[in-house]
Amino acid sequence: MYDFAYHKPATLADAVKLLAADPDAKAVSGGHTLIPALKLRLNKPSALVDLSGIAEMKGIRREGGALVIGALTRHAEVAESAEVKAAIPALAYLAAHIGDVQVRNRGTLGGSVSNNDPAADYPAAVLGLGATVHTSKRKIAADDFFLGMFTTALEPDEILVAISFPIPEKAGYAKMKNPASRYVMAGAFVSKGPMGVRVAINGAGPCVFRQSAMEAALAAQWSPEAVAGIKQDADGLNSDIHGSAEYRAHLVTVMAKRAVAAAG
Amino acid sequence: MNLVTPFEGIGASVKRKEDLRFLSGRGQYTDDINRPGQAYAFILRSPHAHARIAGIETAKAAAMPGVLAVYTSADLAGIGGLPCGWQIHNKDGTPMAEPKHPVLAEGKVRHVGDPVAVVIAETRARARDAAEAVLVDYEVLPAVASMAAAQAPGAPLVHEGVAGNLCYDWHIGDAAQVEAAFAKAAHRVVFETTNNRLVPNAMEPRCAVGDYDTATGEHTLYTTSQNPHVIRLLMGAFVLNIPEAKLRVVAPDVGGGFGSKIYHYAEEAIVTWAAAKLGRPVKWTADRSESFVSDAHGRDHVTRAELALDAEGRFLALKVSTQANMGAYLSTFAPCVPTYLYATLLAGVYTTPAIYAEVKAVFTNTVPVDAYRGAGRPEATFLLERLVDVAAKRCGFDRVELRRKNFISPDAFPYQTPVALQYDSGNYHATLDAALATADWAGFEARRAEAKARGRLRGIGISTYLEACGIAPSAVVGSLGARAGLYEVGTIRVHPTGSVTVLTGAHSHGQGHETTFAQLVADKLGVPIANVEVVHGDTAKVPFGMGTYGSRSLAVGGSAMDKAMDKIIAKGKKIAAHLMEASVEDIEFDRGTFRVAGTDKAKSLTEISLAAYVPHNYPIEELEPGLEETAFYDPKNFTYPGGCHIAEVEIEPETGRVHLVNFTAVDDVGRVINPMIVEGQVQGGVAQGVGQALLEGCVYDADGQLLSGSMLDYTMPRADDLAPVSVATHTTLCTHNPLGVKGCGEVGAIGSPPAVINAVVDALRDWGVEHIEMPATPQKIWSIIHGKSC
Ligand SMILES: Cc1cc2nc3c(=O)[nH]c(=O)nc-3n(C[C@H](O)[C@H](O)[C@H](O)COP(=O)(O)OP(=O)(O)OC[C@H]3O[C@@H](n4cnc5c(N)ncnc54)[C@H](O)[C@@H]3O)c2cc1C
Repeated sequence: MYDFAYHKPATLADAVKLLAADPDAKAVSGGHTLIPALKLRLNKPSALVDLSGIAEMKGIRREGGALVIGALTRHAEVAESAEVKAAIPALAYLAAHIGDVQVRNRGTLGGSVSNNDPAADYPAAVLGLGATVHTSKRKIAADDFFLGMFTTALEPDEILVAISFPIPEKAGYAKMKNPASRYVMAGAFVSKGPMGVRVAINGAGPCVFRQSAMEAALAAQWSPEAVAGIKQDADGLNSDIHGSAEYRAHLVTVMAKRAVAAAG
Repeated sequence: MNLVTPFEGIGASVKRKEDLRFLSGRGQYTDDINRPGQAYAFILRSPHAHARIAGIETAKAAAMPGVLAVYTSADLAGIGGLPCGWQIHNKDGTPMAEPKHPVLAEGKVRHVGDPVAVVIAETRARARDAAEAVLVDYEVLPAVASMAAAQAPGAPLVHEGVAGNLCYDWHIGDAAQVEAAFAKAAHRVVFETTNNRLVPNAMEPRCAVGDYDTATGEHTLYTTSQNPHVIRLLMGAFVLNIPEAKLRVVAPDVGGGFGSKIYHYAEEAIVTWAAAKLGRPVKWTADRSESFVSDAHGRDHVTRAELALDAEGRFLALKVSTQANMGAYLSTFAPCVPTYLYATLLAGVYTTPAIYAEVKAVFTNTVPVDAYRGAGRPEATFLLERLVDVAAKRCGFDRVELRRKNFISPDAFPYQTPVALQYDSGNYHATLDAALATADWAGFEARRAEAKARGRLRGIGISTYLEACGIAPSAVVGSLGARAGLYEVGTIRVHPTGSVTVLTGAHSHGQGHETTFAQLVADKLGVPIANVEVVHGDTAKVPFGMGTYGSRSLAVGGSAMDKAMDKIIAKGKKIAAHLMEASVEDIEFDRGTFRVAGTDKAKSLTEISLAAYVPHNYPIEELEPGLEETAFYDPKNFTYPGGCHIAEVEIEPETGRVHLVNFTAVDDVGRVINPMIVEGQVQGGVAQGVGQALLEGCVYDADGQLLSGSMLDYTMPRADDLAPVSVATHTTLCTHNPLGVKGCGEVGAIGSPPAVINAVVDALRDWGVEHIEMPATPQKIWSIIHGKSC
């Protein structure tokens, strides 16, 4: 990696100040996406602003009909949380199946969602549950948050603080992993609840997206069979040595069906 | 009696002595070695598959902070190219094309990763920073990234002067006899296949530390090698011109090799040379991305084969035509892999009386290809064992019975094949029957039906294989083009109070030699393994050695130790005869005790060794003091492990994902020294074989960029990709080495890939599928099931 300065602010305000003062500074949470990129010299920040000391970005709590999870919460904490398991078991399941043990012990919700890797897991839950992203500046609805490949509504000096997940009646998640990286090749997060019926597809396209035909079918009849016949258009989907767009399109239907089955 | 208790000798599943340091993080790997004043090298590599170097500007980099030197090929005047250790001859008797393999690119780069310049600095980061400031003016040339592209008319040449990018066009066997047999065949079965290219990925990346003693003029190279003496010989004699006596090569703990650490690599020469030039130790450590483009790759064959059978299914003749990818340069042993380690195996376990094979080796703008676990034998085995299944299907024979019908019978040994090898022993019926019983072959259809009820497609596949290892008789390999002998060296040093140091030319990088070799000593000399130290991997300590590859360590290195122990016993008997006032002929030795036959007079090995080192009462007139013996053992033949592997898979039809659900291996590896270690070796080999069959595929695009250049895209097998592997052995002894051992390091990787693919094809039997190329990825299976092309 290249040389960089290192800051570890104790408050959100200080962190925002550091990021605002230096456009080449970057926030770091679990570091499991950023540090590998630095090691490969794909990124050259002037400074790292380590968020891990900021208390207000931690913790899992229930607020009315929603679960609010701090951005610094590690995947393993979400996977093992009794609160999450009781309220949104599909979210705990998703977190428990990210990467491997080391990744889950370091990677954070905020880091994953800010990064918006098309093959990441969490964006599917955020969009698929109709969650609200709380930042250092504002609240952003999931539908307005994910803008494109590795792109979100976050501004350079804006920090993701927490995510509020409305508790659904039913939710389920299924994915096909890329055989090599084990990231998502095609996944589906489905839910039914206060935010309506939602189907979010990750891995298959350049950015997580909602599958409206499947949502309509599930709204009419909540069952795996309802989505089994709905084909995903392969146009614009990702294609690589592991899976063509056509294969991914096919997997979208299979994963949606499995996600509905898992949701019960 | 001085029997070792609890029994630790041959046949005991003793826990591995070396694991305490490995599992507690106290191994000493090359990267753990740091010499005082050490500097760091970073190798600038080509981003292009093929380009002319119009110029290299290094001044800016050289002036950067912490930079000690920047070298390009212009600085290496007088330094030789990296040598090739095996010369193959063409059909017409002319030698293969052997273009220079420069240490740093000379005028042209020929693959992504080709070393262009080296920056040496105070830290690795400084060296890498400066490397970014080296300006290389590349004129990009069209590349040939595949063998098909390389052989197309008018294809760009990887090496000017090597016409058609053809390294050699070689053959073996009797073409006329084969044609005659085909003419009267009832069935002719044509089969074409590609053996997928693999990236070795040892857990420990390569590393090299060069050191130079300005006072003595002695060079030391610490390196991740499977054969330090071979590196000393090749680098000293051919590249850097350093006499052996002034060059020490140390290969300390090495974290896996699988073949990729046999070869002499440019980085070893660079750090050794630069350390002397700068008067500073120099370290280079590969990162994983660098390993992908600088470690020799494996396999990469394209083959057309044709089998002739009579009406009853007896194999009459086999005709094989193979193209083998050499990559951009000849790696150390590359030319012998698709020839003498491949085509000589095409008889397999079968009595096929006539075989003809031709092999074209082709240069491409890709990383050099060389031996990788199994080296040639997995390619031969995959071809044969798929071909037999295809033949059974096309001609209507049962696949197991077809194999059985053509097996070499247990009483036919020694068996001369039509492709040079003479098998000494084996019992293929026994391993087949044992595997069929363990895998419950007969009960498979019920399991298939049960899986179908769950929505899964279940298949079972078999492979009955043989391989040749324990390489090799020096005179034989010499006549076939090897530029080295392939004996092994062992020294047994019995210390004054009876403990033993073994010096072996074999090198352990995962095989467990420190345990197995100690067990040989325990078994023969009766010394507890705790008192046996096995020393390897240092040319300053071990007299000589050819190293570890080709499953040779026990068969060749162990046999050398055995011979040295015979000499110890012979000398000990003379000392014992003197001490007990008996004649030498009357002294018997059994596991640590010298006894006068028919009496109760006895002396322990410790008493004898003490007398040897404190020779107060000693036959000093006729015998030198001391108790240390060295033996060189040159094998009389290859060894021939073989056996039967059975794989069972289930396919998810919706996704095309293949799940390995069961694997049975029954191998004949000769005498088993440590059953637990054999089991581990077979399981590891099977994991690699399953990796090749289902997961691993090295992919270049048409421009020669490596698409599968990291773990994000190259699929290594993981624990959850595997199934329980049941390992059993059935022993027939090797008849020509003193231990009766054959070797077990590669059998898993050799026997398993066709068993897995045969199972996948069987699972898809309702689709009429005849063959699926490796790796059988989910997308590939899905496209077969759903009638798509991919
Ligand atoms: C081997 C491996 C396997 C993996 N497998 C998977 C997988 O299967 N599925 C999956 O989803 N992920 C996977 N990951 C990624 C992992 O989940 C990452 O940890 C996660 O995507 C990013 O979280 P982080 O806390 O590590 O972020 P960091 O690496 O610290 O940061 C990532 C990016 O987000 C920014 N950032 C971080 N926190 C914030 C914040 N609070 N506000 C604003 N910006 C912020 C950073 O500036 C940076 O640009 C894997 C990672 C590895 C190394």
